[in-house]
Amino acid sequence: MIAARLQSEPFDSAIVQTALLAGRTDLGAAVAFIGLVRADEGLVALTLEHYPAMTLAQMQAIAADAAGRWPDTIGTIIHRHGRLLPGDSIVLVVTASPHRAHAFAAAQFLMDWLKTKAPFWKREEWADGTTRWVEAKGIDDAAAERW
Amino acid sequence: MVHLLYFAWVREMVGTDSETITLPTELTTVAALLDWLAARSPGHAAALADRSRIRIAVDQAFATAATPLNNPREIAIFPPVTGG
Repeated sequence: MIAARLQSEPFDSAIVQTALLAGRTDLGAAVAFIGLVRADEGLVALTLEHYPAMTLAQMQAIAADAAGRWPDTIGTIIHRHGRLLPGDSIVLVVTASPHRAHAFAAAQFLMDWLKTKAPFWKREEWADGTTRWVEAKGIDDAAAERW
Repeated sequence: MVHLLYFAWVREMVGTDSETITLPTELTTVAALLDWLAARSPGHAAALADRSRIRIAVDQAFATAATPLNNPREIAIFPPVTGG
């Protein structure tokens, strides 16, 4: 089971990971990935717009796909929306499995697909008052297609 | 009647986040819909000028230009996604 959550509030990755692993003694590996707002020169804020009626369902579909590929792997994915500041966390992927290969692979898969198959759009605010929509990157599409 | 939703710079260029319209019955694919929508206003035309930068969801499922339209209730038009 890989659970998905969509929220504007910050998350505490340690609490999420502890909750995921609670009561399990068969797991040998846990992986946590956090995506952050990077303070590129002059960046003031990053706003995540999304498609409310579709976003969570799409995140759940991506999670279900991962669970099907790595049935021994459990996880939680959290994606934030709204206006975020440099240093803020955007996305959390936590996975755990009996052996590390599946935990690593599932985490990477989840991130690659969240970046390319979940309906979010990033808008940057710059110190000079301008805004700019982030362009999708071919390298992200390539990363998603290798699965 | 179909509910059209626009996101990100598509929303900004069209000038609204949604509109409810009656589609002509001859619009049987996503590609035909985009051609028809582009003629609605200069904003629509500008937003849809480069189809390689446009992505579509029909009834909340990702679609392609060739996807048939079978009485859809909701069609969303947006740029390639950039979450994560």
